[in-house]
Amino acid sequence: MKFAIVKGAPPEPASPTRAALAVELSQTSVTFGSGASAVPALSETTMRIPDGEFVALVGPSGCGKSTILRLVSGLVQPSTGAVIVGGREIAAKALRIGMAFQNPTMLPWLTIEQNVMLPLKIVEPFRSRFRQEKRGGFRDKVHGLLAQVGLSGFAGKYPWQLSGGMLQRANLCRALIHEPRMLLLDEPFGALDQFTREELWAILQELWLAHRPTVLLVTHDLREAGFLASRICVMSARPGRILDDSPVEFARPRSIAMTFEPDFVALNQRLRELIVDARSAQTAGSA
Amino acid sequence: MSINLKRRFWAAGLILLFFVGWELFCVISGMSDLILPRPSQVLATLVQRFPVLWPHILQTLATTMLGFVLGVALGVVLGAIIGVSRTAYDTAYPLLIGFSSIPKVAVVPIFVLWFGSGTVPAVLTSLSICFFPIVVNIATGLATTEPEMEDVLKALGASKFDILWNVGLPRTMPFFFASLKVAITYAFVGTVLAETVASNRGIGNVMMTASSNFNVPLVFAGLFILAGLGVALYVAFSLIEMRVTGWATRKNDFAAA
Ligand SMILES: Nc1ncnc2c1ncn2[C@@H]1O[C@H](COP(=O)(O)OP(=O)(O)O)[C@@H](O)[C@H]1O
Ligand SMILES: [Mg+2]
Repeated sequence: MKFAIVKGAPPEPASPTRAALAVELSQTSVTFGSGASAVPALSETTMRIPDGEFVALVGPSGCGKSTILRLVSGLVQPSTGAVIVGGREIAAKALRIGMAFQNPTMLPWLTIEQNVMLPLKIVEPFRSRFRQEKRGGFRDKVHGLLAQVGLSGFAGKYPWQLSGGMLQRANLCRALIHEPRMLLLDEPFGALDQFTREELWAILQELWLAHRPTVLLVTHDLREAGFLASRICVMSARPGRILDDSPVEFARPRSIAMTFEPDFVALNQRLRELIVDARSAQTAGSA
Repeated sequence: MSINLKRRFWAAGLILLFFVGWELFCVISGMSDLILPRPSQVLATLVQRFPVLWPHILQTLATTMLGFVLGVALGVVLGAIIGVSRTAYDTAYPLLIGFSSIPKVAVVPIFVLWFGSGTVPAVLTSLSICFFPIVVNIATGLATTEPEMEDVLKALGASKFDILWNVGLPRTMPFFFASLKVAITYAFVGTVLAETVASNRGIGNVMMTASSNFNVPLVFAGLFILAGLGVALYVAFSLIEMRVTGWATRKNDFAAA
């Protein structure tokens, strides 16, 4: 696999592990605006995510987590450094990407089935077959995915007929329907109650085990990060950089009960302290 | 009785009450029909003069529809340009606001100066009144796409056109149809306005002539026709709106049921 470098990245020696990388940020920084109103959102950040890994990003709010997702999806260009996604320039949108936010943004005039199908209307190679297959193969595909998240009977319903948790399941389906190699989730469960959230963790874990996309999950919930991720990155306050990067090695499939075991609680505790420190460093810095 | 039916019942009752009250007021106070004719008198005039009035009704309707169609076409084009391009929005909006705040009575003489009196100034007046709500609503509808939705689609590699076609346009439809309802009423006002000032045909002109002949019942008959036409046009476009963009109101119906 050949890697193109987007912007002024220092040439690096080729390493054997690179071929398996899905995303690589090297010395990447992002500044919004310019001159006096410039906002440094991300300071020189280096991050490597192997193909098929589930990475959770945690950190104080406003530290640049969403900015990292927008970098990876090509919605934001780096100010300095490089972003390499799937071995090609991100500007070319080479890697198929699925995205989901806290707001499920289902289009109200479409049924759940039609909403979930939307990416197939846009992304090749599905796009050119859309007319022939929207009532055939694509429909089965959507129904299959909806069944996996427990929404079997809801394909023909409109978004307003579904609860928040159900909409978020549909949102996950829409993010996965075009078989993306990379799934970007920005606080997807932030607006849900604790029990619904735990239900969705289990569903997301199943989906990940079944499809194995590379996942980058932004969350405020450390239990969520520990339950889902195979690696957790802790970011500093704005402008963010990676403070800590630790693997999470609990066996899969994980259960909610596991989140109350001593090892898990200890991990949680450690992450919590890191973030508290990062936040107080910010307060001290700005005082 | 369903809530809807009850509501309709009361609305019809109120209208009836209004006319009965009016009739009684005239009878009891002995009001001269040179000032306020009784509704029954107006109705009689309406029936009796209908053959003469009919061509004028058609004239007013045709002028209104023509002005409306042209106004909608102009409004859609301008609204689309303004809604899609931020630059166009910033540059053109002040001019549009300025234009829309001119009282349209003031432009009728100018149209008459340019095109003579008759149908043309009436069409132009109705066009120039009714295009503005269309522009505003189309522009608003197109410009208010949820940023998250746009991010989701852009990350999929969607082009500007993809986003417009799949999200922008459908989302604009309820705004568009709501504005049609307003625009048709405005177009109607514009037509009648121009007819009263500068035309020898149409209901507006009939009312003007009747008024100068002190034929007060006929003036009121004209008023009734205008009210009837206005309501009919409004209802027609409400029905179209409901059929086409039911999804935008379905939630409310559900909550009420
Ligand atoms: N488009 C933008 N223009 C200017 N500033 C922005 C923009 N997007 C984000 N920022 C700023 O960059 C910082 C990081 O934002 P973000 O990545 O959204 O943080 P979070 O970690 O909460 O997701 C914030 O201070 C935010 O105000
Ligand atoms: Mg964020």
